[in-house]
Amino acid sequence: MGKVAIIGVGQSAFVRSYPGSIRELVFDGFKEALGDAQIRAKDIGASVVCSAPEYDKQRSPAGVFAEYLGLNPQPTFYVETLCSSGSTGLRLAYSLISSGLHDMVAVIGFQKMSEISSAESQERMGRGADIQWESTFGTMMPAYYAMYARGHMEKYGTSLEDLALIRVKASTYGQLNEKAVYRKPVTFDMFSDPENRMSGPVASPLRVGDCCANADGSSCIIVAGEEKAKSLSKKPVWIRGLGAASESVNLAGRNLFSGLTVARKAAEQAYAMAGIGPKDIDVAEVHDCFTIAELMAYENLGFAEPGEGKELIRNKETYKEGSIPVNLDGGLLSKGHPIGATGGSQIRTVVLQLREEAGDIQVKNPEFGLVHNIGGVGLYGNVSILGR
Amino acid sequence: MSSKREIDDRFNKFGRVSFTAITKVNDFVDHLEAGKITGTRCKDCGLYFFPPRADCHQCLTSNMEWFEVSGNGTLVTFSRLQYAPAGFEEDVPYYIAVVDFGDYKVFGRISKDVAENEICVGMAMKAAVDKLPNDRLSYVFQKA
Ligand SMILES: [Zn+2]
Repeated sequence: MGKVAIIGVGQSAFVRSYPGSIRELVFDGFKEALGDAQIRAKDIGASVVCSAPEYDKQRSPAGVFAEYLGLNPQPTFYVETLCSSGSTGLRLAYSLISSGLHDMVAVIGFQKMSEISSAESQERMGRGADIQWESTFGTMMPAYYAMYARGHMEKYGTSLEDLALIRVKASTYGQLNEKAVYRKPVTFDMFSDPENRMSGPVASPLRVGDCCANADGSSCIIVAGEEKAKSLSKKPVWIRGLGAASESVNLAGRNLFSGLTVARKAAEQAYAMAGIGPKDIDVAEVHDCFTIAELMAYENLGFAEPGEGKELIRNKETYKEGSIPVNLDGGLLSKGHPIGATGGSQIRTVVLQLREEAGDIQVKNPEFGLVHNIGGVGLYGNVSILGR
Repeated sequence: MSSKREIDDRFNKFGRVSFTAITKVNDFVDHLEAGKITGTRCKDCGLYFFPPRADCHQCLTSNMEWFEVSGNGTLVTFSRLQYAPAGFEEDVPYYIAVVDFGDYKVFGRISKDVAENEICVGMAMKAAVDKLPNDRLSYVFQKA
C-alpha cells in the first residue's frame, strides 16, 4: 500500500460573524488550499464535507459546495463526528486514497454558527449528548467538560490556576494568529479579578476564560496518493499514523472522569501505526475547546503521566521553547471553534510546522507533528500523526 | 380509514423539556408517577442498565426486567451551571451530577434542597422522584 500525503492546506479567517453565505465561506478555505497545492478543482477526485449538521440550514451542503467550487461531476459527500468531523474527514480521505478509489481528495470543513443565538447554539450542542436521558436536565458542553475538570482536580490536585495558565499560553500565541477570532491578551491576573469577564463562572469550576468562543470558519486539506504527491509537491507531509475511537454518549456509561478514553485509545493506535512514541512528537495541536481539555490531552497523549499534565504547563514545557510545544496557533481558545472547520485548521497548523513555513511560531526542525481532535465530550476521538 | 392509531407518547412527560416522545421504555414514566426510579436488567446475562434500555447488546435479546434504583450512591462528579441552554433559563443556577450506585451510574440533577456548601465529590446521595409543574416528572439526587 502506497503512502498518503497532505499537499495543500487552507483556512478562512475565523470570525464572530461571517459576512456571507456558507458556500462563500467555504470558498475562502478552498481557494487557499488549491493555491497552496498548486492544483485546479478538476484535479480533485472526490470531496468530503465535514460539519455538524445542527447548525446548517442547508440540507446536504456537500452538493451545494461541489457546484460552487467547480467540483462537479466528481463525487462528494458529508461526514460528521461533531467537533472532530475534520479529522474524520482526513481518515476517510486516507482510506479513499489507499484503497485506490481516488488519487486526490479534498477535505472541506466548515461551520457558520452565527446564524443562531448563543443559548440556542448551546442547546444544539447539548443535543450532541444523549437527548433521551441527559439533555432533559439542561446540559451543555461547558458543564460536561466542567465535570471532567472537577474529576481531574479531585483526583490529582490540579488547580484553577493551572487552567488559567493554559489560557494564558493560548493567548500568547493567539495574539500572533491573524486568523484567530480572539486576539486580545489574556493575563493570569484576570482570573483572580472578580470584576474581569474572564473570571466569571460558566459551569463550575470552569470560567469564561476557560472556554473557547463560537466562530464562523472554513478549512480545506488536499490529500493525495504517493505518486501524485511526489510529482506535484516539493514538500509533501505524510500521514504516518491515524487513530480513532468512540465512547458511551451518556456519562452514566463511563468509568473515567479525569481523562478521555477515546484520546488514549486513538493515540495508542496512531503511535503504533507510525511506529513512534510520544517522545518523538516535536509539535502538537490539541483540542482545547476548554482549558481542562488541553490539560487532559497532555496526559492522554502520553506527553505526561496521568495527573502530571499540570507540571507541563507550570514549567512552560508546552510553550514554543519547551520540550513539547502545544497549540502554537493559539488553539481553539484563541482561534474560536467553528465545529466542522476546527480539525482542518489544526491539521493546517501542523502541516505548516512540518514544512517550516509557520513564521513566528515555527519550532526548530520538526520531524513529527500530532493532531488531537475530539468530538462531543470525549464521544469521538481522533489522533493523527504527520511527518516529513 | 376508520381506526385511529394510538400513540404511546408517555415519555413526553419526562424532565423539564423532553426531546423524545416515544420509546419502548415508556413504563419508566409510569414508575416515576408511582414514586420509583427504575432501570432495566437483562434476564439472560444479568447486566444492569441505567438509563433503562429495551434491548441487551450483549445477548441481542429484549428479555428485560425492571429494577428500582434504591439505596445510597456516591457522588462521582458535578458542575454548577450559571448559564443554561434555551428552555432551561429559569432554572439557573442548578447542578448536574453523576452518582455511582455500584452496578450502574445515574446522570441527573442535584436537588435544590441540598446545601451548596455541602456538595462534594464522594458524598453519599440517593435518587428521588421530582414532580415538576404541568404534571411533568423527573428525578433528583438528595443527600443520603
Ligand atoms: Zn444480556
